[in-house]
Amino acid sequence: MPKVTVDGLEIEVPAGATVLQACELAGKEIPRFCYHERLSIAGNCRMCLVEVSPGPPKPQASCALPATEGQVIKTDSPMVKKAREGVMEFLLINHPLDCPICDQGGECDLQDQSVAYGRGGSRYDENKRAVTEKYMGPIVKTVMTRCIQCTRCVRFAEEVAGIEEIGAIYRGENMQITSYLEHAVTSELSGNVVDLCPVGALTSKPYAFVARPWELKKTAAIDVMDAVGTNIRLDARGRQVLRAVPRINEDVNEEWASDKTRHAVDGLVHRRIDRPYVRKNGKLVAVEWADALKAVAAAAKDAGKSVAAIAGDMVDCETMFAARQLVKSLGGTMFEGRQTGLAYDTSSLSAVNFNTGIANIENADVILLVGSDLRREAPLVNTRIQKAVRKRGAKVFAIGPDTDLTYKATFLGTNLGLLSKLPKDVADAFKAAERPAIIVGGGALRYEGAHGAALAFAKKHKLVRDGWNGFNVLHFAAARMGGLMLGYAYEGGIKALAAKKPKLAFFLGADEVDYSIFADTFKVYVGHHGDAGAHAADVILPGAAYTEKSGTYVNLEGRVQRGDRAVFPPGDAREDWSIFRALSDLTGKTLPFDSLDALRVEMSKAVPALGREGLATYGWDVPSLPDKASADIADYPIKDFYLTNAICRASETMQRCSRELVHGEEWLEAAE
Amino acid sequence: MADAVQIPDEAEVRARWGNFAFTPETMEKARAIIARYPAGRQASAVMGLLDLAQRQVGAETNTQGWLPVPVIEYVAAQLEMPYMRVYEVATFYTMYNMAPVGKFHVQVCGTTPCMLRGSDDVLAACKSKGLIKGGTTADGLFTLNEVECLGACANAPMVQINDDNFEDLTFDSTVALLDALAAGKPVKIGPQIDRQTSCPEGGPTVLKDMVTENHDYRGEWK
Repeated sequence: MPKVTVDGLEIEVPAGATVLQACELAGKEIPRFCYHERLSIAGNCRMCLVEVSPGPPKPQASCALPATEGQVIKTDSPMVKKAREGVMEFLLINHPLDCPICDQGGECDLQDQSVAYGRGGSRYDENKRAVTEKYMGPIVKTVMTRCIQCTRCVRFAEEVAGIEEIGAIYRGENMQITSYLEHAVTSELSGNVVDLCPVGALTSKPYAFVARPWELKKTAAIDVMDAVGTNIRLDARGRQVLRAVPRINEDVNEEWASDKTRHAVDGLVHRRIDRPYVRKNGKLVAVEWADALKAVAAAAKDAGKSVAAIAGDMVDCETMFAARQLVKSLGGTMFEGRQTGLAYDTSSLSAVNFNTGIANIENADVILLVGSDLRREAPLVNTRIQKAVRKRGAKVFAIGPDTDLTYKATFLGTNLGLLSKLPKDVADAFKAAERPAIIVGGGALRYEGAHGAALAFAKKHKLVRDGWNGFNVLHFAAARMGGLMLGYAYEGGIKALAAKKPKLAFFLGADEVDYSIFADTFKVYVGHHGDAGAHAADVILPGAAYTEKSGTYVNLEGRVQRGDRAVFPPGDAREDWSIFRALSDLTGKTLPFDSLDALRVEMSKAVPALGREGLATYGWDVPSLPDKASADIADYPIKDFYLTNAICRASETMQRCSRELVHGEEWLEAAE
Repeated sequence: MADAVQIPDEAEVRARWGNFAFTPETMEKARAIIARYPAGRQASAVMGLLDLAQRQVGAETNTQGWLPVPVIEYVAAQLEMPYMRVYEVATFYTMYNMAPVGKFHVQVCGTTPCMLRGSDDVLAACKSKGLIKGGTTADGLFTLNEVECLGACANAPMVQINDDNFEDLTFDSTVALLDALAAGKPVKIGPQIDRQTSCPEGGPTVLKDMVTENHDYRGEWK
């Protein structure tokens, strides 16, 4: 623990800290462009110069200099001020003065730092360098003349996204940042380079010229595009959410977000259901709320106790709880959330949880993926494993069809029988491992015995040991863990539920269901998008999307998180819980909550874990299940990463990403 | 970036060079280069392999060779490197040509010592023979480039043609050199005047007695 003096203040810093980190610990702001906490150190922008003694009598780049015992660091000396002004003047030599037409304006590191640390003007009157625009795909817009070559994007692509497709070509003044041959960057995380770029060289293409940061109302929310529970900030102007950007949460998403999280928000203004509909003579007819609710109440009367609720992938716990209470008040007992027919055992949630934890999976040394295409199912869990592989040399094996995970994984084959008889080298690796882990995905869980075989594997290889639980199930629906906690699981899955022929069923934003098996059911769709569910429904009740309600979500590791409302639902749409509350008036058994807070109190009475934000604990008490599995994993559940739910399918940006990045369609830029 | 190399059309290049592979002889050399580095560090051999590839392309086209994109990708595959990393190396170093060059790649040094000693005359001579900066002559013989210091300042002005240096040039000697190359006649490598490598012109100016014998100067010290 070296002691250093920063501007006269003596502090102790952790061993291995850099001078820059020492200055930050002392509360000093050090300007920087290339340095980023989560990337390797490049030391090429020179903005973080400070004066250090002992050392050469010149300013030194603090980001790349280790802090050592007895250093005296000055961050406010005339030498430092002059050095910063000099660096800033050089950086600005080739940087265009186009802030008024630059999307980064208002949230630009270069702008802020030139005001704070730069000179009043430039002494440069030669021609400026110009660089041609590069094509980086449907998400990233480039204006490369603005680039100051900090190489953050290059390091991000290599170290976090794991795709080495961005690089710096040519040299010296001609150096240019580009993607390989200007092809689209094929990463699910490419949008993050927009946040990383300290200048306006890489900006968001779908968000180009849409808004200025100071016009936006910012709301902390939770993402529902996958089960990771990315912490996001929704930026809204008026009634529209214009963008979603990640918030920092070290335990969940660090500071990254997938492209789907960021850019599916434009789907929130397309194909919206903004008023109730009732099917009359085979046709959906727009009606008033009262009529729609009456129609449902009448159906409920006919149905008696034969009522079910099917939860979709993006609903919050409040919605599921309200629906559950309503169905229960009618005497119904059928609940299901696993729309696509999975029917794994849920008697213990520890057996279907990501027990290791998202952050902790980085520490695993041998990982076996079973039927899980992590890169598409949970890109931000994939980056953790990418980190485990890159930094700690973890070994990754996989059972399932070959797929590019961005890191080296050994594909053992597709047969689930491999779980009980691993090849010798793999078995040895597990034997020698200190922190082994298995990740079972939906691609495997649908097969008989797969869940039991995975649990048997965990037992055989002692994946659960002191301070380490290596058994993980990877969900990819934001509502899944919350739904399971609220009992949205029917024995035998949705097919068994449909076989009971419920007379009335509530579909909560469920668009992935095979509706043909519910032919004789009176179907009430409560949701926000005109997708598969709305097409099949007998009554449509317009609900709120995730940006339009305050909701509780449980991510794949059982972390209970709460998001706030950014905007109001469009038209006549209402927050989902209030719809069920209104319905309960008509069915005669009024639900005991008149506000969201009251609902939450009820919910935490029913499921205490949902009342507390943070990790829910499920213990480790797994059932013994049949463990004979011999099926071949045919494919992975997510065929098209960009079109997994109703919001994405309504999003122009996601459709374009799908066409271009999944289906390889050439995208011709409109001539400007 | 007006004077940046124009990288040829990708589809056309892929059609021509898509099947590129090292010949057995080149492969042998490539293996020798890779063997210089520890296992797992084979990426260190990238510059050597790119050079071999460029030379093989040169041999196949009877020019000085260049690095078409499929060839770069072939080298990357040999070393298990991402394409982008190899592409970065290939574009960084000026010795790798990113566009086709002629049979003779004339690289005229224009840095200060050469400029002071008459590199303008050398360039004028090139121009008089029809060479254009950054381009290849119509007969495919000469590609002219102005480059930065090639480290032969004592013999300025100089020009590097293919793998050889031609030094102490004048307008006339440059013209003669280009004529001889075009005619396929043998040329003198190194200084084009009476001078041994970078020794003083017209023989030694100091330690003259050393020319004939290992003279012992110690007695003459003052």
